[in-house]
Amino acid sequence: MSHPHVTINPAFYGDSVFKIIHAEFIAPGIKRFVIEAPRIARKQRPGQFVIVRVNETGERIPLTIERSDPDKGTVNIVVQSIGKTTHLLNSLQTGDAILDIVGPLGKPSEIENFGTVVVMGGGVGTAMAYPSAAALKRAGNRVITILGGRNKDLVILENEMREVSDTVFITTDDGSYGDKGLVTDKLRQLIDNGTRIDEVLAVGPIPMMRAVADMTRKERIHTVVSLNPIMIDGTGMCGGCRVQVEGKSEFACVDGPEFDAHRVDFAILVQRNAMYRDAEKRSLENFQRDCQLEKQKASAPAEAETTCAVEGK
Amino acid sequence: MPTTHKSSNPVPNKERIKMPRQHMPEQLPQIRNKQFTEVNLGYSAELARQEALRCLECAKPTCTKDCPVGVKVKDFVQLIVDGDFLAAAAKIREDNVLPAITGRVCPQEDHCEGACLLCKRGESLGIGYLERFVADYEQQHFDPSTIVKAPPTGKKVAIVGSGPSGLTAAGDLIQKGHQVHVFEALHEIGGVLVYGIPEFRLPKKIIREQVDIMRAMGVVFETDVVVGRTVTVDELMNEEGYDAVFIGTGAGLPQFMGIPGEHLNGVYSANEFLTRINLMHAYEFPKYDEPMVDFRGKNVAVIGGGNTALDAIRSSLRLGAGNAFILYRRSEAEMPARLEEVKHAKEEGVQFQTLAAPLEFLDDGKGWLTGARCQKMELGEPDSSGRRRPIPIEGSEYVVPLSVAIMAIGTTANPIIRTTTPGLATTKKGYIQADDTTQKTSRKGVFAGGDIVTGGATVILAMGAGRRAASAMHDYLTTGNW
Ligand SMILES: Cc1cc2nc3c(=O)[nH]c(=O)nc-3n(C[C@H](O)[C@H](O)[C@H](O)COP(=O)(O)OP(=O)(O)OC[C@H]3O[C@@H](n4cnc5c(N)ncnc54)[C@H](O)[C@@H]3O)c2cc1C
Ligand SMILES: Cc1cc2nc3c(=O)[nH]c(=O)nc-3n(C[C@H](O)[C@H](O)[C@H](O)COP(=O)(O)OP(=O)(O)OC[C@H]3O[C@@H](n4cnc5c(N)ncnc54)[C@H](O)[C@@H]3O)c2cc1C
Ligand code: SF4
Ligand code: FES
Repeated sequence: MSHPHVTINPAFYGDSVFKIIHAEFIAPGIKRFVIEAPRIARKQRPGQFVIVRVNETGERIPLTIERSDPDKGTVNIVVQSIGKTTHLLNSLQTGDAILDIVGPLGKPSEIENFGTVVVMGGGVGTAMAYPSAAALKRAGNRVITILGGRNKDLVILENEMREVSDTVFITTDDGSYGDKGLVTDKLRQLIDNGTRIDEVLAVGPIPMMRAVADMTRKERIHTVVSLNPIMIDGTGMCGGCRVQVEGKSEFACVDGPEFDAHRVDFAILVQRNAMYRDAEKRSLENFQRDCQLEKQKASAPAEAETTCAVEGK
Repeated sequence: MPTTHKSSNPVPNKERIKMPRQHMPEQLPQIRNKQFTEVNLGYSAELARQEALRCLECAKPTCTKDCPVGVKVKDFVQLIVDGDFLAAAAKIREDNVLPAITGRVCPQEDHCEGACLLCKRGESLGIGYLERFVADYEQQHFDPSTIVKAPPTGKKVAIVGSGPSGLTAAGDLIQKGHQVHVFEALHEIGGVLVYGIPEFRLPKKIIREQVDIMRAMGVVFETDVVVGRTVTVDELMNEEGYDAVFIGTGAGLPQFMGIPGEHLNGVYSANEFLTRINLMHAYEFPKYDEPMVDFRGKNVAVIGGGNTALDAIRSSLRLGAGNAFILYRRSEAEMPARLEEVKHAKEEGVQFQTLAAPLEFLDDGKGWLTGARCQKMELGEPDSSGRRRPIPIEGSEYVVPLSVAIMAIGTTANPIIRTTTPGLATTKKGYIQADDTTQKTSRKGVFAGGDIVTGGATVILAMGAGRRAASAMHDYLTTGNW
């Protein structure tokens, strides 16, 4: 089924269109897509991402490749509805298509046998940390995973993470699942009870990554975070994704997205990510209003759900 | 001296010198500086013929000598006089496959027009305007059934990058009967022509039409492929069966000055700003999703003096900037931008602060740009580029209040191909080393040209390189000799 928001004109916009083989919500507002992209599937390494443009009027947004299947020629992405583009993306379904996907971009994660690695995933960050956790496990590390979310529903990929971890801890802000508290509380506990930790990989909201960095800096534990600045091309061409790393400007799309957490200036990242807040808000409001109108117009309510079902069950 | 083509120009030579150059019809400055539609409206057939009549039909045309691809100016201009515009277009195409583009963006004053004898007496022949006229005329009367292609050779070539060098190489190679596949990292074909040069100077429609002609000729375009990441040069040759590869990836990496405050909100590289505008249509927000900070009534400065700088500042005006400054560290005479762009920018209200450079960007304490602390310059001895070197004047510091600053101080080579193609020789600055006449690199079967070899240059120089490469590639593909 073609989607009303997606108009495809392969005549000019390149010859490739990327088919969605499967799409399903795995948590409220978080959807997993299996997409046909054989070239990318063949080359993907853990820690790399793609840039996606949904339709002809769309912006380009970066999304981590959760996993790929080189034989089937597919890549998976896991998308959380945040603003207009992620809402639009999450309204697409099995059988729809995405206009542009380019990748794999960014430096792959550094995978070696560190010893014991703590992998921390906050919210949708878990999907971004998963491929690296799996690779770390394959490299012979002892993997301790800490998953966090605001509530039980937002703790994602628990089963997948269990398969690649020696131990999994879960925290929720409201205590609806696992321990009540933050992922950093759990990390504190591990450090305090003398667990040997050789390396930490933390992926999630910026405040979480910053808190982890502050904690492990004092303990002198090497820590890697995956940064999420605003990107356009993803190839080093625009410089919009620049982040400050130990006072130096680096382009996250080619020099990252993973960086040594202790050298990152998180305040500047927060400041730069807020650059378009008003426009983003307006975009999302327009999109939701259009969805509302579409729903009202649709004769059968079931059909209305298929076009703007962005929240999931 | 008689020329080979019998002239049908009825005007005696003495009279031709006195004829004024025909003005290019253009939108009024106060109207065009608020919209992105093309500034120059193009000659009518009548104006074109009038202008063509000025050509002195020199025996040894210096215009052709100074055109990097040797367009036979005198011959095509005579065909305009004859009224055979399609033949004129075909004549240009013998040397230049993208005349609708070069007619608009070539720095003619440095090439054909700068060499024109009429310059000495007044104004040069409007060669760029005439080239543009016949190219546009041809476009409107294009008949796809006239496309002729050589019989298939069975050879496959990959073109990496779809800027003017890649497009030229692709166009030439398909006509020689090879299978041609163009790989482009972005989602649109055209390189700087679509992401850098704005609509008001080079409408996207023109590039689309050229690309559509190439499609009709059989060129396959694959967007969303970053060679080096999505597939490597070696994989293209060893696994996908390409017999030769042309690398035309441009000089796309933006440079910053390394001064304090470049991370502030409101500071852009020209590449980012122009990409948001051109490729992503931010000026059509919210119809297009790409956002842009609010320029309306704001002070905006672009740092630099090239075409990129002028494109950025004129785009800023069109987004509603209240005051639009060019901050350039040398004087206007040293500006590398095309003369016509400088003239247009002034007419549109751009303010030129030459002999000045920023030392630091200032902020409001919340991460947003509020101004630049600048320093005045004076000119010293010429430097390696032959232009007089700017020297800071002690104690001349001053502050310009600014909401947006755009850095247009040049670009360098993107390292992706260099670091993923073993054995590919590069210069100290990271550009690919290629032979001047064949564009051959250190890797057998791999050719390179355009900005990735020369550093940021011009459209016509990139096209020239694409053409030389295509010819050498054809030799290599048909003889197997490296
Ligand atoms: C390397 C990388 C990997 C990522 N992986 C994932 C992932 O696997 N799953 C996932 O759900 N999200 C991921 N993100 C974040 C995702 O790109 C943003 O959530 C998305 O761009 C928001 O777009 P929007 O229009 O929905 O929201 P908007 O309302 O436009 O923006 C909300 C916030 O998202 C950020 N953002 C906006 N535009 C962009 C852009 N073009 N590029 C980057 N960030 C932007 C800004 O911080 C902004 O304040 C990743 C980001 C990066 C940089
Ligand atoms: C704003 C601006 C204004 C200009 N104005 C003028 C002017 O008026 N007149 C003039 O003569 N010149 C002008 N120039 C310069 C001119 O545009 C360039 O010299 C010319 O475009 C260079 O052509 P190119 O083929 O080498 O590469 P580009 O045009 O740079 O194209 C390279 C292409 O390769 C793609 N690419 C890069 N890496 C990869 C990869 N790894 N895999 C696949 N694809 C890749 C890029 O996305 C791009 O599309 C201007 C430049 C800019 C930036
Ligand atoms: S290609 Fe450029 S330099 Fe050559 S004749 Fe045309 S406008 Fe002049
Ligand atoms: S996204 Fe443009 S340089 Fe990184």
